[in-house]
Amino acid sequence: MKATEETTIAAVFREIKERAESLWRERLDNKPVIMVGAATCGRAAGALDVLQAFRDEVKKRNLDCPVIEVGCMGHCYAEPIVIISKPGYPPICYGYVNPVIAERLVKEFVLGDNPCPEFVIGALEANDMLPSFDDFPRAQHERKIILKNCGHIDPTEIEHYIAGGGYAALAEALEKTPDEIIGEVTRSGLRGRGGAGFPAGRKWQFCREASGTPKYIVCNADEGDPGAFMDRSILESDPHSVIEGMIIAGYAIGARYGYIYVRAEYPLAVQRVENALKQAKKLKLTGSHILGSDFNFDIILFQGSGAFVCGEETALIASLEGRAGMPRHRPPYPATSGLYGKPTIVNNVKTLAYVRHIISQGADWFRGIGIKNSPGTAVFALAGKIVNTGLVEVPMGTTLRQIIFEVGSGIPRGRKFKAVQIGGPSGGCLPESALDLPVDFDSLQEGGAMMGSGGMVVLDEDDCMVEIARYFLEFTQRESCGKCTFCRLGTRQMLEILTDFTQGKGTMEDLDNLEKLAGEVRAGSLCRLGQTAPNPILTTLRYFRDEYEEHIKLGRCPALMCLHLIAYYILPDKCERSCDACVGTCTVEAITPDKKRIKVIDQEKCVKCGTCLTACPPQYNAVVKLSPPSEVPDK
Amino acid sequence: MTAKKQDTSSEEQEQHKQDTKHILKGFGRKRLNLIPILQKVQGKLGYLPREAMMEIAEYLNIPAIDVYGVVTFYNQFRLNPPGKHSIRVCLGTACHMKGGYITLDAWKRRLGINPRETTEDREFDLDTVACVGCCTMAPVTVVDEKPEGGVEPTRVDGILLAFGYDYETKDKEKSESD
Repeated sequence: MKATEETTIAAVFREIKERAESLWRERLDNKPVIMVGAATCGRAAGALDVLQAFRDEVKKRNLDCPVIEVGCMGHCYAEPIVIISKPGYPPICYGYVNPVIAERLVKEFVLGDNPCPEFVIGALEANDMLPSFDDFPRAQHERKIILKNCGHIDPTEIEHYIAGGGYAALAEALEKTPDEIIGEVTRSGLRGRGGAGFPAGRKWQFCREASGTPKYIVCNADEGDPGAFMDRSILESDPHSVIEGMIIAGYAIGARYGYIYVRAEYPLAVQRVENALKQAKKLKLTGSHILGSDFNFDIILFQGSGAFVCGEETALIASLEGRAGMPRHRPPYPATSGLYGKPTIVNNVKTLAYVRHIISQGADWFRGIGIKNSPGTAVFALAGKIVNTGLVEVPMGTTLRQIIFEVGSGIPRGRKFKAVQIGGPSGGCLPESALDLPVDFDSLQEGGAMMGSGGMVVLDEDDCMVEIARYFLEFTQRESCGKCTFCRLGTRQMLEILTDFTQGKGTMEDLDNLEKLAGEVRAGSLCRLGQTAPNPILTTLRYFRDEYEEHIKLGRCPALMCLHLIAYYILPDKCERSCDACVGTCTVEAITPDKKRIKVIDQEKCVKCGTCLTACPPQYNAVVKLSPPSEVPDK
Repeated sequence: MTAKKQDTSSEEQEQHKQDTKHILKGFGRKRLNLIPILQKVQGKLGYLPREAMMEIAEYLNIPAIDVYGVVTFYNQFRLNPPGKHSIRVCLGTACHMKGGYITLDAWKRRLGINPRETTEDREFDLDTVACVGCCTMAPVTVVDEKPEGGVEPTRVDGILLAFGYDYETKDKEKSESD
């Protein structure tokens, strides 16, 4: 019986794969192909206009050249991004494309033979014509596993994913026993990528052993961390990799249903997942008797409604059940009693996306990447004051310095690095001296930060650390569900103290209270939201205490960021009498010329928006920020 | 956030009830359908008026306060009617560091409303959003579903001008009435 069943699965899958391959071969082989990156980040930069321009141009010239909408390659700084593959050339990636450039690329490259090197970012393969991505310093560190497909396949066509090797791991997994799969994942050392780093294999084992049916698997795509956007990118660019991982996980633990919990702020991701689920169902990759086996599994899409705390697994489950998303005490862990009291696994998008690679390439291969206690790769979203913003995937154990200065190309406009904020509101700010820390689950925690979901916001000398701490507290205070007293009231008290600091009203006693309260909130909260909420305060206090003291003792913001502690001032000897740039741009009409036509800011009216500082031509540079505001001389 | 006294007419309320009833037909009477129902009703009506919440509570056979509790817990749901154009200012980390709070101030000043409110003429509603995942274009404001990158105070004025909104007279009216 077993032997015949095995051949069925393989045969059913072979048929699907062959169909997909021939379909895409027919569509793409020996033709120029244009791929436009149109994930949310690309769209914000105008990718849809570019896509339309390519389509119009190709149609106008009656070319046999497919134009495909793909996801995000991770090079967000250069959006909109386009890849053109033409027989005889390596695939070439173009950046900062607009409709006019699109028209030119069709005319000169697709139709002619000029690859327009002026718009090229890099070729995707080594060649002797153009620089390739492998020649960039970042290529030494990057290693793409779960981001590999992103930006290179059509996320709306399941066949493209299958033609590229997709769902092969599922066919392979269904031939194995669930215990073999759990064993493989456990041996690989895969740790949950949601932030806490719990071994995925162990979690699955607990759930498999738990009694109660039906069992559920939930994909946590409620990526609420401000500053992290990799889950969004994976769901928009390669949704099937997550679905495949989910089906395999479902098979391993014996689940009947799967839920994908996507946050509603990601409309495009919702749309892509919905479409992907439909296609998977059509090919019988979900539903009953998957690939002719005895395994039945259905996946349901659920839209979150915007509550940060729902990233916590018990809160997420409450939300799925139609209640307010409040965490509950653990144990019992969801693996034994979760959704509707049944055994439930909650895994992050990235964790599930790794599964298919581990099944097809083996635990040893996975262990060979990264470091011993944190194998595999880490995905970070680089944002803030950094040149190459975007998504990066590097082996665990890469240092922060390598990520920021080599992969991310450092700080723009020659400013000085000050700190890097890792892990969102639960993480911390690490200074220059901590930059040689390797990124993995354990080292970052020692430094006071955490992996979190992988948001990495780089701060330069113009950013105030007290303000950053206040910002995160404002966020956690707002998002606290209100269940635990320490989290509900403690975060509010801490926020008030920090707000006082940024307004120059704090005392040294407040600082001591703040530190004490931070420890108490950490100890007295039920879930990670409250437990980690003081992290931004504790790390900034640990590394940037002098900035706090300057705010308190001198009423001065050294980074000139806290609005209450600064004033804009026009230096009379630098102001050019014939220039009115600041007067015209001031949004509240607070600037007027005096009798000598020197411009003066009415401090009463000024809202400190900084428009005049930007407007003042660089050859004069007459507008300055002063702190404390009493530095502004009287007339 | 509190439910403002609504100045909707009784015909409007009746219409809301009918629309809600129509949507409810597509769902089972189970508590787990509450959030999907609320999402669909808000998708249709633009917000969740009192009468719609009462209908839903009755249909699911749960206390009305449970519906209200869920609605006020999640950021996505709104209790007042939306404006013709929606302005959502991103306050993610990257946007904040690049001046998102200054942008929010500019919107508040020009529209004369606070986040989660709608202008009196129902032209614009203002809200904040935790992060739209376009951190690289900071500071971002989502104007009617379209994320706009690099929105600084002057760009705020530009966007309003593109809608033909005369903020200067609004500003004056406001200061006179103060």
